[in-house]
Amino acid sequence: MKILAVCGMGFGSSLMLKMTADRVIQKKGIQAEVEATDIGTAESVQADLILTNNEFASQLEGGRSAVKAIMNMASEDEVAKAIDEFLEETNK
Amino acid sequence: MEEIKLDKQFIQWEKQADNWMDAIRISARPLLQEKKITTDYVEAMITNIKELGPYILIAPLVALPHARPEQGVNEIGLSVTVFQEPVFFDKPETGDSSEANIFICLAAKDSESHLDLLKKISSLIENEEMITKMRNTQSEEELHQIFA
Repeated sequence: MKILAVCGMGFGSSLMLKMTADRVIQKKGIQAEVEATDIGTAESVQADLILTNNEFASQLEGGRSAVKAIMNMASEDEVAKAIDEFLEETNK
Repeated sequence: MEEIKLDKQFIQWEKQADNWMDAIRISARPLLQEKKITTDYVEAMITNIKELGPYILIAPLVALPHARPEQGVNEIGLSVTVFQEPVFFDKPETGDSSEANIFICLAAKDSESHLDLLKKISSLIENEEMITKMRNTQSEEELHQIFA
């Protein structure tokens, strides 16, 4: 699956979020690719799941991808929970 | 936890800031003094937030002011500032605001050094106890001890 980490410039928090997501995926043994991008290009990138902050989450909701808001970009627990939720929802 | 080694001059403890723009200028001050960034970089950080919203909030109560390397970075750098009083950011999208006490100002030259710094910051804020500990300091000396 494809995960998109989104922030304002695609350079700070989204990269941090990508690093966290990469660690989570590795630990869980999930086959996924994580890409960091800015909010401007996020909508044109095909992804299964978008991870971002609260504010951008409400902007990106309703598109083709599932969206999960993350409060702490460095928290493996929080990112793991978001990915688990997404997998449960899609496997229904 | 990977340690962040920071010289004392890059760790600041402040009572309060007038507003978020003031907070960003304060957090950039040590980097500016050491000529690691230019005044253009400071203004770019503020302009970016005005345009894109407070995307610099990377964890509860933690802000990561930064702009792009080409917006005025001379040398890679990092500074940590703790404000005893919370600094508020307006969120035009939702109409409410969020707050931060800890400002980690980031200046990166290239993507490799940038990733290295982000990793260090990440290991610092992953632990919410560390955030609380930093936030609860009552003086600059106390804050320096955390990083000593």
